[in-house]
Amino acid sequence: MMPKTMPTTMYDKIWANHVVEDRGDGFVLLYIDRHLVHEVTSPQAFDGLRAAGRTVRRIDSIIAVPDHNVPTKDRDQPNPDPMSTAQLEALEANAREFGLDYIEMDDARQGIVHVVGPEQGFTQPGVTLVCGDSHTSTHGAFGALAFGIGTSEVEHVLATQTLQLKKSKNMRVTVSGTLPVGCSAKDVALAIIGEIGTAGGTGYVIEYAGPVIEALSMEGRMTLCNMSIEAGARAGLVAPDDKTIDYMRGRPYAPKAGQFESAASHWRALKSDEGATFDKEIILDGSEIVPLVTWGTSPEDVVPVLAFVPEPADFPDPAKQEAAEKALDYMGLEAGQAITDIPVDRVFIGSCTNSRIEDMREAAAIVEGRHVAEGVIEAMIVPGSGLVKLQAEEEGLDRVFLDAGFQWRDPGCSMCLAMNPDRAGPGEHVASTSNRNFVGRQGPGARTHLVSPAMAAAAAVAGHFVDVRDF
Amino acid sequence: MQKFTTLTATATPFPRVNVDTDIIIPAKHLKSIKRTGFGEHAFESVRYTSDGKLIDDNVFDGPRYRGSKILITGDNFGCGSSREHAPWAISEMGFRVIIAPSFADIFSGNCVKNGILTVSLPQEHVDALVIAAEAGHEICVNLTDQTVTCQNAQYGFEFSPAHKEMLLDGLDEVGQTLQSSAAIGTFEDKQKLLTPWLFKDGARAERS
Repeated sequence: MMPKTMPTTMYDKIWANHVVEDRGDGFVLLYIDRHLVHEVTSPQAFDGLRAAGRTVRRIDSIIAVPDHNVPTKDRDQPNPDPMSTAQLEALEANAREFGLDYIEMDDARQGIVHVVGPEQGFTQPGVTLVCGDSHTSTHGAFGALAFGIGTSEVEHVLATQTLQLKKSKNMRVTVSGTLPVGCSAKDVALAIIGEIGTAGGTGYVIEYAGPVIEALSMEGRMTLCNMSIEAGARAGLVAPDDKTIDYMRGRPYAPKAGQFESAASHWRALKSDEGATFDKEIILDGSEIVPLVTWGTSPEDVVPVLAFVPEPADFPDPAKQEAAEKALDYMGLEAGQAITDIPVDRVFIGSCTNSRIEDMREAAAIVEGRHVAEGVIEAMIVPGSGLVKLQAEEEGLDRVFLDAGFQWRDPGCSMCLAMNPDRAGPGEHVASTSNRNFVGRQGPGARTHLVSPAMAAAAAVAGHFVDVRDF
Repeated sequence: MQKFTTLTATATPFPRVNVDTDIIIPAKHLKSIKRTGFGEHAFESVRYTSDGKLIDDNVFDGPRYRGSKILITGDNFGCGSSREHAPWAISEMGFRVIIAPSFADIFSGNCVKNGILTVSLPQEHVDALVIAAEAGHEICVNLTDQTVTCQNAQYGFEFSPAHKEMLLDGLDEVGQTLQSSAAIGTFEDKQKLLTPWLFKDGARAERS
């Protein structure tokens, strides 16, 4: 532990609490408390363990759950994709062989790892949490040091419960003021990425602070931390507070009654000390944030919904000019075109960014009593977990969506990365609540526009992008 | 892991910024449970037409840069998804070195673990190397001395000593860490007292 006299950041505290040994050159052996495992980035890691005759060090630190590849409809039918089937079967076989907690596809708790972890109380403040998925940054919403790792590191954590890591630098992003009506955590995330760029956070862990962040729900904080990796930061953090502690209470993996209060006081002590120094500070006025839409093929290509597609020549950097030209060509857009004139062919509300109950409610509030526009080929709601789906159905949200012409699917990563059959066709514009508008991400030639759930819902109804504040 | 010391080879110029790992290997090709078979799908949107035909003169498959083992590219290379399939795919294409102004954190870590050297150089040096690569000149990358040499120019680069040792020795990182098993065990004993709720009894007691 650091001496009490020296003000320390939350990241520094969690890091210091997990150093097993110093390995020199800035590297430490960092202890890992929690490990989420899914089907895509783990099979080679388990093969590596077997090949070396090694085993899993702590099975109680792991939940395995399929999410990337799972079908979101007709789950009672045989999976028509043999490669997906092989990968899903490999996860189950590995989980059984090594004795891991495994959530089956037809279990109500199944869902996207980054929805399941918090929902089960597996994600907790102050822990180190890893997963072979870059959106592991999501769990930072709880004040957990959570980051994505590659498959070699998955194997390393399975075998040793540690990683050899070099510490990142500290960045604080403070969002002041009050978020205007019609804006949500997704707009905050996009506004930050628009400000600092997709490499702005490279080498840093971002702590989010300020009144706007404090006012966000746990779901909103997860959305925000989720997108940290889109700013280049491996992890994001929000200080635990009463909301965090209330969220934890009574969840299956949370500390039991006799230990909960001592856990809670441990969690409260994690916040950055008054006067702690950050290597980089960014301050944004949250009151100025408006609903945002991406126009290009990088999450930093973002503009207000009432703005226009930018002119590539207006970017100061020649490399960015060229990238913008390529992006406009791929997206089939003209510089100067109004964002609200972009037709929407497909709508996807889901992903680890925006598939929690609050996102479902936000979308349903817009959709209620309205209908998906005629030109929209498909509008799809994919809840983040079976439990989110059940909760939404209890609240009657499924009826709202179905009556409005949306599809109501089973949980999984779905069209965020189009590994399963959920994908967009070439040239189609997608209003998507996911996290990446990369070339081909939602299908070859698909044109992704990142937006909040409310904005996606409004676009579905209007058939083009529209300012949700007018709805 | 394959060792890396020095390499002299021609280079493929691909000076694009923010190349994400979805570009390097699209998600639909991540369904294999093996570490191999990704190279043919690497940079698919650059190498193939939308109906899957190989574009003959694309930068990766055309005759011009055939046999090159160095990839020269733009800022923030490897951003996005943490998929290690990206370095697996690049390795299968025959590349052992990637030179760029900067790399995404997770990607560069994944490269080290697969015997791929990522060299960060200032933009103007990368630009000069792109021109040299286009002219077909060989580039020599020396990890021991941490230099990149091309014709009369030589550039030094920074590289973490720990990662350098891993690449030079082709180290098994898991095996190396397992030598610290006792320290890990001692740490765990301490954690059980400090945060008992993170261990089996506490963690599972209320599960239904």
